[in-house]
Amino acid sequence: MDHTHLKAARQFIDAIPHSRRLGMVMEDLTDGQAVISMPYDEALIGDPVSKVIHGGAVSALMDTAGGAAVMAHPKAGIGTATLDLRIDYMRSATPGQRITATATCYHVTRSVAFVRATACDDDTQLPVATATGAFTVIKGKASS
Amino acid sequence: MIKRPEPVGAVKHRRDTVLSAIVGQIPYIQFLGVKFDRHGDELTATMTYHDDLIGNPMLPALHGGATASFLEMTAIVGLTWATMWEDMEAGTLDISTVQTTALALPKTIDFTVDYLRAGLPRDAYARAKLNRSGRRYASVHVEGWQDNRDRLFAQATGHFLMPARDANRT
Repeated sequence: MDHTHLKAARQFIDAIPHSRRLGMVMEDLTDGQAVISMPYDEALIGDPVSKVIHGGAVSALMDTAGGAAVMAHPKAGIGTATLDLRIDYMRSATPGQRITATATCYHVTRSVAFVRATACDDDTQLPVATATGAFTVIKGKASS
Repeated sequence: MIKRPEPVGAVKHRRDTVLSAIVGQIPYIQFLGVKFDRHGDELTATMTYHDDLIGNPMLPALHGGATASFLEMTAIVGLTWATMWEDMEAGTLDISTVQTTALALPKTIDFTVDYLRAGLPRDAYARAKLNRSGRRYASVHVEGWQDNRDRLFAQATGHFLMPARDANRT
């Protein structure tokens, strides 16, 4: 991706207060695919024994990546919202490591976009979590 | 001989102490600004609105991830609370241990959120219902609403791996 494209994509994340609060960074954005990372933060701990961050923070990362992938699809509309999102947690994210989510929007109809996503920490062989979701396709007034 | 009921103040104090010990141990609950109100054994979670919860600044609407986190947190606290309830009421739960030792919490296996309408920029509420709570696995349903209890803005179902039965006992 060229520099200006990535800069615009990063501004997209910066415009989402909750994603910005979680420290998310857009790593890559191509047609129908988004890669977004999030740093480890002790404030996000969900399990006081293991210091592992809460699954909800991983959900927020997957949801943001999913929405970005939908918006980056050539057939996308002017906006999107999550209809449903299912997350499967394969293992605990390793405390201290950054989590990177890769979301792919693999099909878009006139009103629905379908997404798959995977989240990994430093060990990219076994994902921390996978997700599948359906997102709305919001068309502009002219095309509806 | 009939056993005299325990003074209501002592009962409430014990229950509130255990609940705040659970909630106080999880940093992400504070991060989201979630608190739990208790009526008997029923818990209601409140996610107090703040601007950092927004996912769509144009509408504006709550971030789907904030909603998912809120519902998953409500499920985990509800499950933990339910598993401690019996011991707590029987007086076999060591309250000081609960306050000072890190709790073993259920682990999420999967979590599915159904977004029914946009989350408005105001407080959100949620309650968890245990579909089934076994020794190893649990299934939990959570409902989230804002202004009207009957108009849910999101609901979720998740499966959880329960901690070893004796993990939170002394």
